[in-house]
Amino acid sequence: MPRDTLTGSRIRERRVMAGIKQSELAKRADISPSYLNLIEHNRRRIGGKLLVDIAYALGVEPTSLTEGAETALLATLREAASETDLPAEELSRVEEFAGRFPGWAQLLADTQRKVETLQRSVETLTDRMTHDPHLAASLHEMLSTVTAIRSAASILAEPGDIEPEWQRRFNRNIYEDSARLADTSRSLAQYLEEVDSEASETNAPQDEIDAVFQQAGFHFPMLETAEADVDSVVAHFGADLSQSARWLLHLALTRYRQDAAKIPLNACAEVIDRTGADPLALADAFDTDIPTAMRRLAQMPDEGLADPVGLAICDGAGVTTFRKPLPEFPLPRLGAGCSLWPLYRALTRPMLVYSQLLEQSSRAASRHRAIAVAQPIRRGKLGEEVHFESHMLIVPEPRTNTAEPVHEVGLTCRICPHPDCEVRRELSILVATKGQNF
Amino acid sequence: MSKQVLLIEDEPNIIEAISFILSRDGWSVKTHSNGADAVDKVKERQPDVLILDVMLPGKSGYDILRELRDDPNHSELPVLMLTARGQTKDREIAERAGCNAFMTKPFSNADMLETVRTLAAK
Repeated sequence: MPRDTLTGSRIRERRVMAGIKQSELAKRADISPSYLNLIEHNRRRIGGKLLVDIAYALGVEPTSLTEGAETALLATLREAASETDLPAEELSRVEEFAGRFPGWAQLLADTQRKVETLQRSVETLTDRMTHDPHLAASLHEMLSTVTAIRSAASILAEPGDIEPEWQRRFNRNIYEDSARLADTSRSLAQYLEEVDSEASETNAPQDEIDAVFQQAGFHFPMLETAEADVDSVVAHFGADLSQSARWLLHLALTRYRQDAAKIPLNACAEVIDRTGADPLALADAFDTDIPTAMRRLAQMPDEGLADPVGLAICDGAGVTTFRKPLPEFPLPRLGAGCSLWPLYRALTRPMLVYSQLLEQSSRAASRHRAIAVAQPIRRGKLGEEVHFESHMLIVPEPRTNTAEPVHEVGLTCRICPHPDCEVRRELSILVATKGQNF
Repeated sequence: MSKQVLLIEDEPNIIEAISFILSRDGWSVKTHSNGADAVDKVKERQPDVLILDVMLPGKSGYDILRELRDDPNHSELPVLMLTARGQTKDREIAERAGCNAFMTKPFSNADMLETVRTLAAK
């Protein structure tokens, strides 16, 4: 009966916690102090009425004395022992150890837990060591401390007598080292956090200008007037941006300025009132190309359209250069979207205007019309190659019965549940797809 | 007379733990925590086994080992290297520098004892 062996220790612990003397508890339970002493040191088994009496005298539930929280403690101690070559007869005394030296046992278990956690984080971080001097120094410090803790802890855990003076010494070392570890890991965590945030600021200028457009609602009144000045608008919105983001913002706002000059705001609003979010009608009315009309629709203030429209622009390499997502048609923050989008299909047949009804399979409720066209980025020159870019306008569409086919597309492969898509390039975290069995 | 181990390591609590384990096993343990004059210490102490940490103030464990191996008196001295980095690269450098055994931190006390015994028996 392994659990019984610790009942005495629990009685002692409860008694000491309650501040009751041994003789006093013995008197209340109507037994001799020396007998209680034997019980408390797990030398006598206890049960039945006496256990109930003692529990009553201590003001606790009898079961709290027979079933402790030691199961976890014992399991941890066994784990600690399994990493050393502790002989079997010592291993079988683990309960006695925990019973007779609960404080030491808890200390050892806590240390074991700490060592495990640290070993795990060390393993995860090993690869990064060579690349980062600060990280390498912190990890070296952590590994040294873990080594010291592990050595001292296993000296305490191993069988054999250790003089009290040495016990105190190693106990103190473990205490000091764990405090040091706490400091090192805290500063390391802080450092890693900073590294992370620096990376997101400096590595993705596209993200920075996305934020500017989001904040402006994709509409810049300062660029809608005849005397608009792109430089001052860039200075206004780009003050806190990185240099590369400012460069991108300048490109995007210059284009905005040109679009606004071709299709002035008030006249544009009048056409939209008649024809809705139709880029072809708008292009006809102002004799522009279709992409200009698409961008203009995306630049309208919210009140100018029945529903706001979304827009994605990608270059010839398929990299998104502009994104205006819709609440129910998100666009990936980084990298390319779903290969099935007409945005990419359009690149294979430039100048052909695609029109498709789409449902993003991960968003069952919403339907959108996507109009996409790829065209050269400038007028051709004699004998020279031209480069293409593709625009896709996304217009919310009511879910009505229609004879027109509705295409099921994704957002990015990782979060797409499409079971057997032939253009999948990454496994989905949502469903088991073919190939996940490998 | 008991055999002597010289431990060159700069972390005081590791020194204390290793010293305790080896002393209890009957070794005479001397310690030193500076890399710069470690080679002189080895020549002065003439240990039976040397435990050498890689990251030391003043001079790296690899350099100390290379210097020792260049000296005919210490070309055969059994050396156990300790390192906090466990990459294959470090093990290779240590082996090329001429160590007899290699352990990565954190190590178990039992392994440490076993390795020192094996080295001394050679």
